[in-house]
Amino acid sequence: MAVRDKAGRPVVVVTGMGVVTSLGAGKTENWSKLVAGRSGIRAITRFPTDGLKTRIAGTVDFVAAEPFSAPELSERLAELAADEAVVQAGIGAPGQFPGPLFVAVPPVEIEWPQRLELAAAAGANGAATYDDMLRAAATGRFRAHHARFQFASVADNLAARFGTRGLPISLSTACASGASAIQLGVEAIRRGEVDAALCVASDGSVNTESLVRFSLLSALTTANDPPEEAAKPFSKNRDGFVMAEGAGALVLESYEHAKARGATILGVVEGCGELADSFHRTRTSPDGKPIIGCMRQAIADAGLAVEDIDYINAHGTSTPENDKMECLGVTAVLGERAAQVPISSNKSMVGHTLSAAGAVEAVFTLLTLAHQRIPPTINHQIPDPAIPLDVVPNVARDAKVTHALSNSFGFGGQNVTLVMGLEPA
Amino acid sequence: MADASREAWITGVGLVSCLGEGAETHWQKHDAAAPIHDDTTFAPYVVHPLALPSFDGQIPKKGDQRQMEQWQRTGTYAAGLALDSAGLKGQADILGRMDMIVAAGGGERDYAVDSAIVSGLATAENPGAYLNERLTSDLRPTLFLAQLSNLLAGNISIVHGVTGSSRTFMGEEGSGIEAVRIAHARIAAGQSDVALVGGSQNGERKDLLMLFAFGGYALQAPFHPVWDRGTPGGFATASLGAFLVIEARDHAQARGARPLARLTTVVSDRTARQPGSVTASLDRLWGTLPAGDDSRTAVLSGATGVAPATAEERDVIAARGLPVRATGSLVGHSIEPQFVYNIALAALALGHGRLFAPCDPTGFEQPHDGPLDRVVVTGVGHWRGEGLALVEAVR
Repeated sequence: MAVRDKAGRPVVVVTGMGVVTSLGAGKTENWSKLVAGRSGIRAITRFPTDGLKTRIAGTVDFVAAEPFSAPELSERLAELAADEAVVQAGIGAPGQFPGPLFVAVPPVEIEWPQRLELAAAAGANGAATYDDMLRAAATGRFRAHHARFQFASVADNLAARFGTRGLPISLSTACASGASAIQLGVEAIRRGEVDAALCVASDGSVNTESLVRFSLLSALTTANDPPEEAAKPFSKNRDGFVMAEGAGALVLESYEHAKARGATILGVVEGCGELADSFHRTRTSPDGKPIIGCMRQAIADAGLAVEDIDYINAHGTSTPENDKMECLGVTAVLGERAAQVPISSNKSMVGHTLSAAGAVEAVFTLLTLAHQRIPPTINHQIPDPAIPLDVVPNVARDAKVTHALSNSFGFGGQNVTLVMGLEPA
Repeated sequence: MADASREAWITGVGLVSCLGEGAETHWQKHDAAAPIHDDTTFAPYVVHPLALPSFDGQIPKKGDQRQMEQWQRTGTYAAGLALDSAGLKGQADILGRMDMIVAAGGGERDYAVDSAIVSGLATAENPGAYLNERLTSDLRPTLFLAQLSNLLAGNISIVHGVTGSSRTFMGEEGSGIEAVRIAHARIAAGQSDVALVGGSQNGERKDLLMLFAFGGYALQAPFHPVWDRGTPGGFATASLGAFLVIEARDHAQARGARPLARLTTVVSDRTARQPGSVTASLDRLWGTLPAGDDSRTAVLSGATGVAPATAEERDVIAARGLPVRATGSLVGHSIEPQFVYNIALAALALGHGRLFAPCDPTGFEQPHDGPLDRVVVTGVGHWRGEGLALVEAVR
């Protein structure tokens, strides 16, 4: 493989990967469960679910985060994934990563335990106002909350831990965030600005208010029982996504840099596509043009033809809207081959890891390429006749996969598609 | 720059703040050096309140306005002003491939709902069930979208049709620095031809003040300009929206667009703040800027007024002997979009060929009538993030 692509840009390869989901920590555990069709979705035990329509999630309960908050857990998950990726890459020295950090994290705000703490500190028994809370905040007793609830805090702590270079970028493109983090790393390497980048995406935000917010938008499934059957992308009876937690991390390098230091090449990020949708805050343009354009741009950016794509890692949220529109988009892009090219949704097993999804699924796509085996879309019991795609129903399958797409779509009209492949033999 | 055709030109600015709206108004108000602040509404905290524009002017559909909270309306409005200023409003073909980077925090909370829940939780028999019930019944479904960080960009796509790409950077002051740095780098490298970059803030919020009051960073009355705030100092939150259209020179020339200024260099840094680390960082960053004629150079500082960062920045600038203005004294500190605001002001100053009047009882800011070709914009976050931009006149 040449060190530059057809457009004359440095080829970007992956030399380290890390992942954490509700299925477990690390690539080995996640991959074995994914191809076995196991679900990580379970009843929520983190907080009381009395009266809630949705009482299940793909929480990561095996990672301690104290004092508990979404940024605290997001940071722990990001550390785990990034540690795995950096160790595998064997790049730099411990605590000295030779490149920048791009981190997708959920938006941050103080949470109910902190509000209650402030109200109590203000001595406002039974009638606390923001003025009371603000007065308590100014006492200096809660200084730690400042750092913890800054939007920059997770990235700043990761930058310190891994010794990445420069000012880290924290970003949010809603449910496309993880793919955007990778895209920023790819662009920086292609500019020749850096030889390596650490791209991380994390989400540990399953809490009462986040769940209620998505629930109020009618985005979540209410099929609580049994939890492991709730996420059913592309099925006729799909009725919403399952919130989930996790993190994914990639060490990206220029091929030239990776080869020079004798690194093992795990895969190639061949192309990125992006196109925003101006139709609606939460819905896709009915003609699918933005997602179609996004996928086409990604394929063109990779210097490939549509015929070269032989697997799609779907966004596949299991909402009626997403899966319908993704099918429309894929059908338009693949044309006659639409029904032949396998497309599967990891979210059927790990749920929707939100800000982390794009990176978690990029890791899974790269594992799919490495193992030449496609994880299934589980819970596919009632096919949707309006979705005549090969969704790799219920059972993993060996397949020749050379170039794969990974789609990520999000609220706010966010669309990102990545194209990944293997180092040519 | 190796390839002059890939110079990044600033071809549009959109500003709305306590000083009013539009480029010329901001120039005049900065030149008048009369800070506008409100010391009573959020007493003891000082804020710089938005001079409410007629949002209809840039957000024609009331339905769109209703879907947004104030920070989103402010940002969407300023983005529209920037597109107007660049002559790109409604140019669907260009907007369809225009890249967008927004620097954003989050949106405002519903105070009434939060207060009622916090109060009720204290006495609830089953707090968990109570919280579930109240959130489910009291949260407005649309509030989520009005708070989400990336939904300012989403609203700009909807209202103005900017859809080439849409990225939202978070992380306080550093997010604005990185938004400009990445837009500039992409244009220079040929990855992008034209970009809309900016952000907004609603600084008139108790929940926002709380976040900074935790660390003692929110300025309490009496108000002083930023160089005169001593220790521990603090910043007065600003409500403002600031956007730039940044464009490759060849792209701008091809459509006959006039440059307001050239964005020559953007550099950034992260230091774990210790005494002296801001000094060292700014000195190092300054060393990476291309050399130029110091007699035609000024500094627009994003100093927050927080000690010791502001004192360290002051000493770095003083050592260089350059004339300086801190915009925060007039317009306040908007956190994420402040660096963008200051780059916009730099472009305006270069357009006028001079610096606006000082606003500083300490005398650090001195009257300066000399000609102006270069402006160094500083961004030193109240807690993290350091950056510099060099903005130059296109002659």
